[in-house]
Amino acid sequence: MKILYFAWLRQKTGIDAEDVEMPPEISDVAGLLDWLKERNSNFADALADFDSIRVAVNQEFAELDAPVAQGDEVAIFPPMTGG
Amino acid sequence: MSVKVQSEDFDIGGELAALTDGNMDIGGMVSFVGLVRDLGGDDALKAMTLEHYPGMTEKMLREIEAEANERWDLEASLIVHRYGRLEPGDRIVLVATASAHRQEAFDACAFLIDWLKTKAPFWKLEESDQLGAQWVESKETDDRAAERWERDHRDAAE
Repeated sequence: MKILYFAWLRQKTGIDAEDVEMPPEISDVAGLLDWLKERNSNFADALADFDSIRVAVNQEFAELDAPVAQGDEVAIFPPMTGG
Repeated sequence: MSVKVQSEDFDIGGELAALTDGNMDIGGMVSFVGLVRDLGGDDALKAMTLEHYPGMTEKMLREIEAEANERWDLEASLIVHRYGRLEPGDRIVLVATASAHRQEAFDACAFLIDWLKTKAPFWKLEESDQLGAQWVESKETDDRAAERWERDHRDAAE
């Protein structure tokens, strides 16, 4: 699985993109975020508040209960501020 | 229909002229240009850096543009959005819509910029002397501006 981080999620985690092997018991976005939070204090801080985070799975916006699978591209970022 | 995501500046006159060139069915064109503005108050903005999600950005802009073309009878439409480091006064975004009649073009243009601000994966980082570098927070006013175009919301209002 490829995971991308943008804006302050990238700064807080210190990672812009990575390939990870997701544990097989994880099935949805919330499960993935909970698993990533356990990694270290940077991730715990960055992912502390799910309300301030948006997620896309394969470049489509995804809610916390949306399914994720090993081959997916997942992006984690704050609410958008373009225009 | 056309979407461009680029770091370089765009020429408003050239883009708009190209959009309507040769199409005699167009009776009106509306454009919106977004610019980098200063913060106001004592603190001066030095620069604004726009980060985006290459791939998804283009995909979302194309989806938003397709939605506008579905809702309104447009002859032509264009979205140009820049990324990278910009300074106060620099152009950020150009949205243009052309139709046989002006109201379709006005409404579609407002829709495009309202939806783009909350649905296209761009993030702004502002740099100033006093505050340093800070990520711009999403605004409730932008969310409300986008919500007024949701079909459920419009049906309820009618």
